Amino acid sequence: MKRIALLGMPNTGKSTLFNRMTGGAARVGNWPGITVDLLSGKILLGSDMVEIIDLPGIYDLHGFSDDEQVVRHFLHDNIPDLALVILNATQIERQMSLLLQLRQLNMNIVVLLNMSDEARKYGISIDSKKMSEMLGMPIFQLSGKYGTGYQEALQAITKALRYPTPGMAEQLRSQLEQDEHIESEMARVLKHAVQVPAQLPENLTDKLDRFMLHPWLGLPIFFGIMYLLFQGIFLLGQPLQGWVGAALGWLRVTALDPACAGLPVWLHGLLLDGIYNGVATVAAFVPIIILFFLFMAMVEDSGYLSRAAFLMDALMARMGLDGRGFVMLLMGFGCNVPALMGTRVMRSRSLRLLTMLVIPFSLCSARLQVFVFITAALFSPKAAPVVLFSLYLFSFAAAILTALLFKSKFQNNEPFVLELPPYRFPTARQMLLRGWLEVRHFLSRATQFIVAGVVLVWLLTHLPPSAAPGSADTLAGMLGDVFHPLFEPIGINDQLMIALLFGFIAKEIVIGSLAVIYGLSGDALGHALGQQLDWVQAYSFMLFTLIYTPCLSAIATLHNEAKDLRYTLFVLGWSLALAWAVSFVFYQGARALGY
Amino acid sequence: MQPIEIDTNMPSLTLSHLHPGDTATIVSIHAEEALHQRLLALGFRSGKQIELIRRASFSGPLQVRIGTTDILLRRNEAAKITVCQP
Repeated sequence: MKRIALLGMPNTGKSTLFNRMTGGAARVGNWPGITVDLLSGKILLGSDMVEIIDLPGIYDLHGFSDDEQVVRHFLHDNIPDLALVILNATQIERQMSLLLQLRQLNMNIVVLLNMSDEARKYGISIDSKKMSEMLGMPIFQLSGKYGTGYQEALQAITKALRYPTPGMAEQLRSQLEQDEHIESEMARVLKHAVQVPAQLPENLTDKLDRFMLHPWLGLPIFFGIMYLLFQGIFLLGQPLQGWVGAALGWLRVTALDPACAGLPVWLHGLLLDGIYNGVATVAAFVPIIILFFLFMAMVEDSGYLSRAAFLMDALMARMGLDGRGFVMLLMGFGCNVPALMGTRVMRSRSLRLLTMLVIPFSLCSARLQVFVFITAALFSPKAAPVVLFSLYLFSFAAAILTALLFKSKFQNNEPFVLELPPYRFPTARQMLLRGWLEVRHFLSRATQFIVAGVVLVWLLTHLPPSAAPGSADTLAGMLGDVFHPLFEPIGINDQLMIALLFGFIAKEIVIGSLAVIYGLSGDALGHALGQQLDWVQAYSFMLFTLIYTPCLSAIATLHNEAKDLRYTLFVLGWSLALAWAVSFVFYQGARALGY
Repeated sequence: MQPIEIDTNMPSLTLSHLHPGDTATIVSIHAEEALHQRLLALGFRSGKQIELIRRASFSGPLQVRIGTTDILLRRNEAAKITVCQP
């Protein structure tokens, strides 16, 4: 099968184009370095199936960071039949250097000048015919986001694929010579084919940034925006969650209960009280999660993340981290796994390890489900959003404390140099795609972990058959006995503890297993928890859940990225110890104060 | 060990000395290999016009503009780029 590789600098729209070509679902965002891994898709071009590979962005072919090495290794091991080089048309002046470097590899190349809509707005005019003649490569202007110019480009790609695959030049000329050559070549092409206005007109980005990056208003605006976003998710999401929960409960009463009436008691219990209750309680969170990721997508696509990096870099530097680390913490609010992988843009290993040490404290959407559920059960509707926000503050505090404590162990002097893209609005298509991606992600986790988790919890609370379900004689009861001395001082009872043990695998299981342990779902479960716990216990439980580890996938990713067992164990050990210590101080402190 | 002398005659102006709104021309870049590569790829080349847009508070990074690209960099890094003003 012929193979096409998408190549270009970071944040030039490779993944957006990949999604358009393959109907695929690569994650996109207005942040240089959002793609750090290979992604491939197959499409029919002309009469042949062709494989398309989306590669991380690279600044040049001699890059030193891990994501750039992914590309280098790929090109070294698999010469693509066609390299589709994507340049940001508004930055053609400097991005052409990469094109000229790639040309020296003697590959079959088609060039796409992306974001031509933006370039026009800047008053940049590019004579792509002339440029094409001078460089001897087909060059097309298009907008990957809106699709203009796309069909033409696709035809050229199909045509270019008919040529035989050229070999790659074995040895490149000495670097210096090459770069000097590139500079004069670049100047020549730019002079003849590109016109850039001497002074850019002041645009919307400049006007917005005057407020968003204001020396002393910038940070308050940032925290204000974050607070409003989370308030919005909570206000819009909770009624939706209630409706879905009610619908799932109605389904059980009207359809599933009668349908399963003839089954043996134990099977009826396993299917309905176990699997259905567990999964339904978790499934009720799908609307909140979709909403959350739609908001996240808006923030990521807007280009505000790079602004956050600018605002926070000075503070992060004092913790041995940098502005990009802060952005990874924000991305971790969605899911810690891509945030951990996003650290590949860092070159210094110490900086990467320190950043990966703090990312797991980032309150991800799976933990958000637990907290939304518990706060709704234990706190008044007025207090609940504030309690939720306080957990985000604790999430930052845990990250800050950890970085401060360990920065001397992970010293680095990695330079901080980052592109600041203009503000962009995501299209409805991109937003919907993102929402759908998250639903799919949730469903795959649901089938993998949640069902298995709740079945296991059901078995633990119902075996051996001689014991009364949920009593101290069951396996769960025995487990509870073993760990009781450890969790009693932090106010966590045996039922919650069993849920925490399984929450180690994935936080989605926590609420699902509570549903199984209590034999209740949705509102009824919340009510039961409200009866049994007071707010101090509940908050201590949430603090522990927040800090003690994100999930098994995150730990596996962490290990995969660091490739150092001692480091992985250290991260695990530290977060468990910190979780216990924080919960202990909070719980005993609150009790001592008379709460 | 003798301190390395760079240029004693003329105190060189670096990017980190510029004020918001200032425009200058890049003279040279004194950075290690990897950073030098990255700066080149971002458009830092001698002879190019560069504008300082703003500085972050708490001695945070600088925002500079070269052509149509906006770049954030720390003051440490900016100090490695010598510039001249007309």
